[in-house]
Amino acid sequence: MSATTTTAADEPVQFYDLDEHAHPEGHSTMLGFWIYLMSDCLIFAILFACFGVLGGNYAAGPAPKDLFDLNLIALNTAMLLFSSITYGFAVLQMQQGNVRGTQIWLAVTGLFGLGFLGIELYEFHHLIEIGATPQRSAFLSSFFTLVGTHGLHVTFGVIWLVTLMVQLGKHGLIAANKRRVMCLSMFWHFLDVIWIGVFTIVYLMGVLR
Amino acid sequence: MSADPHHHAADGHHEIEMPHASMRDYVIGFVLSVILTAIPFWLVMERPFSNGATAAIIMIFAAVQIVVHMVFFLHMTPKAEDGWSLTSLVFTVIVVVIMLAGSLWVMHHLNTNMMPQVHDTSQLP
Repeated sequence: MSATTTTAADEPVQFYDLDEHAHPEGHSTMLGFWIYLMSDCLIFAILFACFGVLGGNYAAGPAPKDLFDLNLIALNTAMLLFSSITYGFAVLQMQQGNVRGTQIWLAVTGLFGLGFLGIELYEFHHLIEIGATPQRSAFLSSFFTLVGTHGLHVTFGVIWLVTLMVQLGKHGLIAANKRRVMCLSMFWHFLDVIWIGVFTIVYLMGVLR
Repeated sequence: MSADPHHHAADGHHEIEMPHASMRDYVIGFVLSVILTAIPFWLVMERPFSNGATAAIIMIFAAVQIVVHMVFFLHMTPKAEDGWSLTSLVFTVIVVVIMLAGSLWVMHHLNTNMMPQVHDTSQLP
């Protein structure tokens, strides 16, 4: 105790950290965006919980076995996986300071994203056409809400991709654009993580049920 | 991390710390993901095992693949953002597990205990 008191007496006592730290612009953006993704994760958790509770209530309507074509889902999953690694290539190009390369790989990622959305819309259209609409049963309501919310996220991801390509073309690889590329990287890979849950729980487990 | 921020800003190239990605990480992540995706799809399409076993296996594969994505694609390390990324992730996982397990558990009991039972009308008073 006494030792602490003597050392404290030698130095000026500081109760607060009054030293003004430099805060470079956007230094907390990455963490903030990560926390946003975590809150997004909660949205999906709620929708997964809904699906888990309601997924077996077919109301004498069609069951996953009658509706889902696993080949199509496998193709869809491949689209998202490919788009994940092509986004990785875009980040690598950015690290090397290559604007053109970054834009090209972002464009390829966007095309895979659009491919995914196209297949998903085709599936939804097919389901609605054969009468498996969201109104048909609790299973279908929760299915369309969960998978549709994921699809909406991908849609906004694609819009963001296009915006980012324009920004890169206008300003090049400035610090703000690098930050944006990394944020969209997190968003895009996060959507792929959610899709792992979707194809496992909704499609594979659904067909098993 | 507690290095002088002025010096950090002055050295020019990276003002903000960003996770460093490497080709090696992305390729390893991609190959692992393809394997971890292909096997569950094959298991469900071909059904070499019983339904229960298949369900358990594909759930494990999904969990492993999520970790693979976190590490190799999202560059999640205990040190990222001074540990705050991992802290918020752990917090979210705890909340998600409580919510998912709780919802499924409660609703399962509701379903099993409150389903209209088939009553034998002759037994009614």
